[in-house]
Amino acid sequence: MMAKHGNIFVFVEHYNGHAHPVSWELLGKARDLVQKLEGSEVWAVVLGDGLDSVCEEAIHRGADKVLYVKNKELNEYINYKYQKALVEMVKKYQPEIFLIGATLEGRELAGMVATELQTGLTADCTGLDILPDKELLAMTRPTFGGNLMATIMCPDHRPQMATVRPGVMKELPPDPKRKGEIIVEEYHLPAIEKLLDILELIPVTSEVNLQYAPVVVAGGKGVGGPEGFKILRELAQLLGGEIGASRAAVKAGWISDEYQVGQTGKTIRPVLYIACGISGAVQHVVGIKESEIIVAINIDENAPIFEIADIGIVGDLHRVVPALTKKFRERLEKRGEVKA
Amino acid sequence: MNIVVCIKQVPDTTNVRIDRKTNNLVREGVPSVINPDDMRALELAAQLKEKHGFKVFVVTMGPPQAVEALKDAMAFGLDEAVLLSDRAFAGADTLATTYTLSLGIKKLEKERGPVKLILTGKQAVDGDTGQVGPGLATRFGFALGAYVTKVESFNPETGELVIIRRIDRGFEKVKMKLPAVLTVTSELNEPRYADLPNLIRAIQYEPLIWNHKDIEADPKKCGFFGSPTRVVRTNIPPARKGGDIVSKNEEPEVAAEKLLEALKKFEAVRLVESLRTALGSDE
Ligand SMILES: Cc1cc2nc3c(=O)[nH]c(=O)nc-3n(C[C@H](O)[C@H](O)[C@H](O)COP(=O)(O)OP(=O)(O)OC[C@H]3O[C@@H](n4cnc5c(N)ncnc54)[C@H](O)[C@@H]3O)c2cc1C
Ligand SMILES: Nc1ncnc2c1ncn2[C@@H]1O[C@H](COP(=O)(O)O)[C@@H](O)[C@H]1O
Repeated sequence: MMAKHGNIFVFVEHYNGHAHPVSWELLGKARDLVQKLEGSEVWAVVLGDGLDSVCEEAIHRGADKVLYVKNKELNEYINYKYQKALVEMVKKYQPEIFLIGATLEGRELAGMVATELQTGLTADCTGLDILPDKELLAMTRPTFGGNLMATIMCPDHRPQMATVRPGVMKELPPDPKRKGEIIVEEYHLPAIEKLLDILELIPVTSEVNLQYAPVVVAGGKGVGGPEGFKILRELAQLLGGEIGASRAAVKAGWISDEYQVGQTGKTIRPVLYIACGISGAVQHVVGIKESEIIVAINIDENAPIFEIADIGIVGDLHRVVPALTKKFRERLEKRGEVKA
Repeated sequence: MNIVVCIKQVPDTTNVRIDRKTNNLVREGVPSVINPDDMRALELAAQLKEKHGFKVFVVTMGPPQAVEALKDAMAFGLDEAVLLSDRAFAGADTLATTYTLSLGIKKLEKERGPVKLILTGKQAVDGDTGQVGPGLATRFGFALGAYVTKVESFNPETGELVIIRRIDRGFEKVKMKLPAVLTVTSELNEPRYADLPNLIRAIQYEPLIWNHKDIEADPKKCGFFGSPTRVVRTNIPPARKGGDIVSKNEEPEVAAEKLLEALKKFEAVRLVESLRTALGSDE
């Protein structure tokens, strides 16, 4: 007979008392998965202190239980301390599945935890499912720069661990009526040597930040000159993003090559990519095809970029982009007023 | 003091093709290169060697042809290179990879003296996991500085090190002490072009080749058999399909308005604060 399943652990990443959205997305997904694992529960794992509201929100977002590993020293993310705490919790509660957001911190942490537990880890998944016959977690992820999708399982080791890409799974809207239990684990870090000191958090400035920018407004030959990039930069900055460029624009000397996107430039995966005056050559498209949303603004309605763009605008970028900036600014200002 | 740089030979992913029949990657005819992030690790090691006189060893686990990557790496003017190669190592996931690499590094330590710094790339372009660095740090119990964009200071006497590393919210300045593992990003430096003497030396260099017996590895913990994960299926993601042209040669204001409307339909816009605010519902 099959033993009763263990539970699904979801690591809740937080800073300044707020959870990272990916943690709620994972709770939403875990609720899905748990339907197919009879007897299992969804447990949110929260490390730190003074995080009661995060614990409660975890229940509202789908957790059956919250494992609240209480220790002030865990308020700030420090890789080796988190590793120790999580490894100990896994050993104590023996989860079947352990999900962690594929943020930079999450990927580092998961790699450490999985190694210490000597179990398998699948990185940066975009799909998770339970196989009905074997009741195993099927983890799907892009490899080879998104050219191939691989489905991976971890049949004989526990927990089955995955980091999951932010923005792929759906979070559940918070339901304040949902009930759950908070298990407070008074936790003491073992006497371990201090390995790191975090001296300072340096927020991102508008230096070249292309690979991490959530919005990229990119310009190509159609921008017409270095001045043309000014209007793109205005829009990018307004939206908290960066500018990018095609090789043609870089070769023309209008912008430095650090901004180049594509086969010989950077591969990026922003939430929103706005291609302005870019024709959409294959060498350019390989660098952007994993973006969540692609918008193209081009005067030529037959430009190949429209074949892959989710939203197309046929028009002169020199007129459309400023209009777009204006519209966004009006809305942001209006919403700002409403809030204040 | 010794430094080890772990490098991986990878197919140049920009040239990868897929066999539509088998759904496998076609590696034949695709040039192999040193993983781009690892070039940065090599450059950092070469700089530390020049400045402080450390010995630098390059290690890779891979098939026999990975000697080519090691030879290329030697053009950075480094000391020795080791290829960990054995049938038993084939089919390794990251857990089995770090097991094998750690034993290779331990053998180096035994024969050449203590290793205080291990450098890896942030991630390899073929697997994209980024797990090998954190795994090695865990196996050795070393401090881990992942996603390093800059080494601010390094004191060879005390082994104290201040690095800047990338995190999701920005950058973090971190102080640590050797022994350590650093995983490095493409922002760290620009790899050098080798000069002629180093190039010639690299071409003539023959890396050490060690098998599972040499490094006293348990074959059950290596390669396919030592890997908890199994790839059960691969498939080609569907090609991206374009959506609609929502506005054609209209007044810019009209086009902008239509674009905003169209954007609202995408779930992903809520991931970005500015978009969420600007496109949020009007209630
Ligand atoms: C080995 C190799 C590697 C390469 N690597 C890269 C790479 O990494 N990145 C890259 O980008 N390219 C790369 N290329 C080049 C690529 O093939 C294209 O030549 C390049 O992407 C074209 O840039 P573009 O779209 O800006 O210019 P064009 O193809 O000239 O397109 C300009 C577009 O702007 C439109 N336009 C003109 N005026 C306006 C206006 N006022 N408003 C709106 N639209 C307007 C035009 O209709 C046209 O579609 C590579 C090529 C090779 C051979
Ligand atoms: N087989 C290998 N041999 C040596 N180093 C490796 C190997 N695989 C990965 N690495 C190192 O680990 C880094 C991250 O790889 P990965 O975790 O596979 O994304 C690479 O940039 C290399 O520095």
